Amino acid sequence: MNDGREKTSGEDTLLTISDVERIFGGERRLFGGRAPAVHAVQSLSLSVRKGETLGVVGESGCGKSTLARLVVGLDDPTSGEIVFDGENLTDLARKDGNSLARKVQYVFQDPVASLNPRKTIRTILEAPLKHLTDLDKDGREKRLTELLQAVNLAPEFLERYPHEFSGGQAQRIGIARALAAGPELIVLDEPVSALDVSVQAQVLNLLDGLKKTFGLTYIFISHDLSVVESVCDRVAVMYFGRIAELGPARNVFGTPMHPYTDLLMRSAPAPGRHVLMAEDASAELPDPYNPPAGCAFAARCNRKTGACLDNLPAPDQAPGPDSGHIAACYHPLIEA
Amino acid sequence: MTNTAISGKGRQAGKSARPGTFSLLLNNTLATAGLIILIAVCLLALAAPVLPLLNPDVTAPANRLLPVFSTGHLLGTDHLGRDLLSRLIWGTRVSLAVGVSATIIAAVFGSMLGLVAGYAGGRTDTVIMRGIDMVMAFPYILLALAIVAVLGPGLLNALYAIALVNIPFFARNIRGITLGLSRREFVDAARLSGKSPAQILFVEILPNVLPVIVITMSTTVGWMILETAGLSFLGLGAQPPQADLGSMLGEGRKILFTAPHVSIVPGVMIFVLVMAINLLGDGVRDILDPRLRAGSLTRPVARTVVLRNPADVPAPSGDENILDVRRLRTEFQIGGTVYHAVGGVDLALRQGECLGIVGESGSGKSLTAMSIMGLVPTPPGRIAGGAAYLEGEDLFAASDRRIRDLRGGSVAYVFQDPLSTLHPLFTVGNQLEEAIRTHQPLSRARTREKAIELLSLVRIPNPKERLTTYPHELSGGMRQRVCIAMALANDARVLIADEPTTALDVTVQSQILTLMNGLRRERNAAILFITHDFGVVSAICDRIAVMYAGRIVETGKTDDILASPQHPYTAKLIECVPVLGEPERRLDAIDGRPPVVNNLPEGCAFADRCPQAQSLCRTGEIELVAAGADRGVRCLFPMNREPSA
Ligand SMILES: Nc1ncnc2c1ncn2[C@@H]1O[C@H](COP(=O)(O)OP(=O)(O)OP(=O)(O)O)[C@@H](O)[C@H]1O
Ligand code: SF4
Ligand code: SF4
Ligand SMILES: [Mg+2]
Repeated sequence: MNDGREKTSGEDTLLTISDVERIFGGERRLFGGRAPAVHAVQSLSLSVRKGETLGVVGESGCGKSTLARLVVGLDDPTSGEIVFDGENLTDLARKDGNSLARKVQYVFQDPVASLNPRKTIRTILEAPLKHLTDLDKDGREKRLTELLQAVNLAPEFLERYPHEFSGGQAQRIGIARALAAGPELIVLDEPVSALDVSVQAQVLNLLDGLKKTFGLTYIFISHDLSVVESVCDRVAVMYFGRIAELGPARNVFGTPMHPYTDLLMRSAPAPGRHVLMAEDASAELPDPYNPPAGCAFAARCNRKTGACLDNLPAPDQAPGPDSGHIAACYHPLIEA
Repeated sequence: MTNTAISGKGRQAGKSARPGTFSLLLNNTLATAGLIILIAVCLLALAAPVLPLLNPDVTAPANRLLPVFSTGHLLGTDHLGRDLLSRLIWGTRVSLAVGVSATIIAAVFGSMLGLVAGYAGGRTDTVIMRGIDMVMAFPYILLALAIVAVLGPGLLNALYAIALVNIPFFARNIRGITLGLSRREFVDAARLSGKSPAQILFVEILPNVLPVIVITMSTTVGWMILETAGLSFLGLGAQPPQADLGSMLGEGRKILFTAPHVSIVPGVMIFVLVMAINLLGDGVRDILDPRLRAGSLTRPVARTVVLRNPADVPAPSGDENILDVRRLRTEFQIGGTVYHAVGGVDLALRQGECLGIVGESGSGKSLTAMSIMGLVPTPPGRIAGGAAYLEGEDLFAASDRRIRDLRGGSVAYVFQDPLSTLHPLFTVGNQLEEAIRTHQPLSRARTREKAIELLSLVRIPNPKERLTTYPHELSGGMRQRVCIAMALANDARVLIADEPTTALDVTVQSQILTLMNGLRRERNAAILFITHDFGVVSAICDRIAVMYAGRIVETGKTDDILASPQHPYTAKLIECVPVLGEPERRLDAIDGRPPVVNNLPEGCAFADRCPQAQSLCRTGEIELVAAGADRGVRCLFPMNREPSA
């Protein structure tokens, strides 16, 4: 199954995910048998290069957030290995969670819920500085000022409470908190979905600027294809816990190979687009407790053949015309 | 979007307008009475050593059983001739001390167990909670009796017993809250900030749990006093000669018929004390309960109050319109501040037409839609002016009964969250049939048939089998289809859809949009479609109205507006949306934030954020000026305007 891994492992790879699996449930029951198990992420291999923005798109429940939590060490994989900068991330997290938190940080989907309602912004932003850096009091004060400046917030906001902020401002605070300890990789889990379009643009532009200033690497998770297209270098399209298509954003969105990517693109509304492709309502989503043996997308796919139902297509079943563009499909929309 | 909106509301309602905790408490007459009585009793008990009281334990057999109001003994004496007033005050002191200490002990240990169990989860949780269950399996007072029996009678042991039997109560309550809180994102965030589990538990979670602990304490302390009295009454608590309310009652029991005052005096005190504490406790709970805090303490009425000047009701604009909203103004009053959430909106909807209302969060889109059928909660909301005509009928002048008939009949709503419309405990079939039956007297079989028809109309596969499913068994898209089916149950003339697809995945969204589009063609229904997404608008709306700070700033045909927006706000709003297939496009953000609607600036509400603003923009009233067929712009210096137009 490891053949899905790209051949980039040598040059400036920051994070390598190999054959990772996360199963929820499935524990032994008191009276024999096992609880039903859900495979949230299955044999997933992916690598993230230094300095890039990797987009992860997919519909609700496809395992995007589970993947994100695995990468920041909030959750452990059931099997497989995640290597960050040459070190096994799971071991690192187990040994010393803080050393991982220094390098990898997370920005949450719901900006207001990610801030403790009973703490001032100062307390919230000081926490990572206290626990993850060895700055003294003056150093921390200086860093706080820098952080606020970086995310474009006025210094007097420090003494306020989260409920006094709008969604956009709260998300800036969340970003400042992630930046505090000077991480290399930031996982952004739907960072703009809860924001208004005008504010969304502000935050996207801010993220772009910060990336350049601090030399960051992003994993950008979103269900909004147009947002992902506008900010990402490479994209992974997830379906049912696996990667359906992976490649440079230009290629994946320009010449999609996997029928699922194609469906997503044609369903997405855009200003000036009058007709949306609508799937038949009877198209069944696979049952997570009882996954199909073959391609999970088969029930919704109009290109399927017998082969699709019997065997799982490998992650790189269909290599694209451009290097690094692969799709897990027997009958891709374009052949190499 | 919901979250930003909520935070917005919280912020605006802020400090200035919202009454403080203490003044809310004083508003509650019963709780205030409880508080006053409790303070009086506590002061009396605290002052016992300095009051000119007789020694409560000195017996005087000569003065046995003196009645109330005897000289020297205001409340009389007991069977050993001890002064009842003195014993009452000293006894109250003991009972209060024991009750309060027991509450504190139970609260500390119970909350601790609850916090640890809720936060640690897994095995720790199982072990702790099974232990608690075992304690709870015994009848309450029996357990207390057993504990005292083991430890031996005595006031201190009674205190331990009472505290111990109350620990599960706290543990369960606090565990539930902690469990919810530890799944919240801010806890994960604290973990990623490098905090240790103990720090997270006590620094992050505990402050959020404290109000619940206080509520639980205030509602249990009364019971604990009662229980202590119970144990003492049975002779297991306070030992002679020490007085507490329970033991006094116990001593009086034997002579209940010859000298009733000996038991009545402590009995009345127990009653007064526990009553006062419970009244106060309920008051405290009501105030700390965030739901009650956010709004007012009065229950909203079923229909928005209309307070408009009857002399100034605008006439309908034309008769080809099925729905005609004229100069609608909806306001909120919170404390002394009035928020002009909808500030004079005109909308017209023709048959079979879909009109989109677009705008940022808080621009008043939803309130405009909800005002039409009086769905804005009063208080704090009210319709302050304007009119809404449905096929010529003035809805704001209609009777409540008529409005009830129209809701879900001629005018139907579809909301963003289908789960808030569907009842979780009834099957889809039940709810659909109910919706049909309230408006049409049909036979059972016919109703069922109609329900099946509706489900197939919204393209739900196997409609017959789906009738028996519960909402949680359906996917989000299916649920939204059921809501649409319910909205269509009675041949609605107007469908008001408030962000019906915002919570859905793109593939499901496109199905729902296609479905709604088809339905309005088939059924010739008009749709008022609220959204913040120009892409969605393009897919379904014929015309759009762009709202800003409670007013329409631009309206026109969808394609015209998208191709050449004339209001600077519309233009900015379109520019800041990323478009699929145009990754190189620079996202042009709009700086700043929309104004708060309680204090709108003079002139154009957008002036502070507008690149074209000039000094003229900040004076006077700017009207929505017609600019060609179906087109209107509220701007002094519109863009993209050809000289001829
Ligand atoms: N129950 C309420 N009490 C007080 N203010 C309210 C209440 N409901 C809404 N408001 C205020 O009225 C204004 C308009 O709210 P409305 O819900 O119509 O916005 P919206 O345009 O639908 O926004 P969204 O896109 O977030 O749904 C906002 O300023 C909001 O804070
Ligand atoms: S493998 Fe077969 S079923 Fe799966 S997406 Fe490709 S063509 Fe469709
Ligand atoms: S009226 Fe003036 S400030 Fe308002 S939108 Fe037009 S140009 Fe801008
Ligand atoms: Mg709304």
